[in-house]
Amino acid sequence: MDTMRDRFIDITSGLLDEDPRLAVVLADISAAGFQKAAERHPDRLINVGIREQLLIGAAAGLAFTGMRPIAHTFASFLVERPFEQVKLDLGHQGVGAVLVSAAGSYDWPAGGRTHMAPGDVALLDTLADWTVHVPGHPDEAEQLLRHAVADGDRKVYVRLSAHQNEQAVRVEPGRFTVVRQGSRGAVVAVGPMLDAVLAATENLDVTVLYAATVRPFDGAALRAATERRADVVLVEPYLAGTSANEAHEALADRPHRVLALGVPRAEHRQYGSIPEHLAAYGLDAHGLRERIGAFLW
Amino acid sequence: MTNRPRTSPSGFGELPGLMALMTGDEKHGPAATSTLDSLWVLYDRVLRVTPETAEAQDRDRFLLSKGHGPMAYYAVLAAKGFLDPAVLPSFGAYDSPLGHHPDRLLIPGVEISSGSLGHGLPLAVGTALGLRAQGLHDPAVWVLVGDAEFDEGSNHEAVAFAGAYGLDRLHALVIDNSSATHGWHGGIAARFAAEGWSAETVDGRDHEALYRAFTTEHPDRPRVVVARVESKNS
Repeated sequence: MDTMRDRFIDITSGLLDEDPRLAVVLADISAAGFQKAAERHPDRLINVGIREQLLIGAAAGLAFTGMRPIAHTFASFLVERPFEQVKLDLGHQGVGAVLVSAAGSYDWPAGGRTHMAPGDVALLDTLADWTVHVPGHPDEAEQLLRHAVADGDRKVYVRLSAHQNEQAVRVEPGRFTVVRQGSRGAVVAVGPMLDAVLAATENLDVTVLYAATVRPFDGAALRAATERRADVVLVEPYLAGTSANEAHEALADRPHRVLALGVPRAEHRQYGSIPEHLAAYGLDAHGLRERIGAFLW
Repeated sequence: MTNRPRTSPSGFGELPGLMALMTGDEKHGPAATSTLDSLWVLYDRVLRVTPETAEAQDRDRFLLSKGHGPMAYYAVLAAKGFLDPAVLPSFGAYDSPLGHHPDRLLIPGVEISSGSLGHGLPLAVGTALGLRAQGLHDPAVWVLVGDAEFDEGSNHEAVAFAGAYGLDRLHALVIDNSSATHGWHGGIAARFAAEGWSAETVDGRDHEALYRAFTTEHPDRPRVVVARVESKNS
């Protein structure tokens, strides 16, 4: 299976051929993959070098002239390092862009904390009107990318990861999908967390909702899934609690409980592999089973 | 929207009177007057943009990066008919379109919202790239930066890239009133020239010198004009 990042490069290279309004701005990351597209479209495939403030500023400038820019690098350098550019050059200037990240929270554990950005979605939550897609499979990444590019001039963040599910879910952008029906509460699995959530809840009488779009947060789907019992577990592949406020807001008019699972805030100063990190965070099937079981029973 | 265009454009001599209508940001007074002559020469003789073409895709773009002390900018926009002089006294008021830093969504003809330093040059780079990608090789992109603003590292990302990329429709105007805390040893123009820009330093109060510097040919490379004015603290 290809990775979401491979798919992003393939799809975006094709979209450059089809859509004269599309421009891609890189900061060295993935430049080799875009080599052929750069030869075909030297004016619309722009690598600014290792300059992430310029990456976002230039994307916004392209949008000023009516282009639809995609800016791409690792999440740490796309959202966190140039955060003020994200806030001002896009939000305050009133223009849109598609930000496509790779490496997310724990994709390269041997790379250590410098290449981990579990706070990216929480940071975007401090700003208005961001759509946030967190696909769990390359097919979903493709669908959501195409949707993001065509999504007018909106501000869209597409969070790609090397951690992915075995199979794609048929998703509708902006909506949660009911993957399993149950009666004793709902577990919301975000993007790459689905396989572990399904394994962890295999013998539990719970609804499993799948979210490949987390902003806007599909509060209506959460309400519908918790009509009989308003207990919610969120399982997110980034900072634990990022969507807790959204869940509380969706259920504000009824007594409810929320358990928010995700990547812990404290720095986990270990190297190793993705599975080792997921296990250490309690986000593998075993860890999830224990915590979800204790909360819902 | 209260800022209707005027019918008869004004001259340079009217600018002090227009600026005097704006009160409340005296702290940034030196910042405002440092830009006055350069802004006037640009809008009066160089930029191909009018209130009627402020949305035209082939207009020249002027991006005020140094948004501090925008009184001279507002005065020039009023003199050139982008802005009704009657709104100038509302400067900084709750429902005024004129803030102590400009907002592009509130004032026709204002290309960027500024205030936080170091954003204009990267935005100008992207604007020049966007015009080039659409085959619009004629419109010029201008960005005004202050010498203290040049401290911000984001400028240096943009200067190095634009020089290497040969963004020849990009123009930077640096207003140098010696306000950078640690100064610029060897001058600011040298920083741009080292990255491949066409660079010139002129007297920022000399309208003819400014005009000549603004209109000098610079094939295949971006252009910077450093306009030196009296020191902020003099």
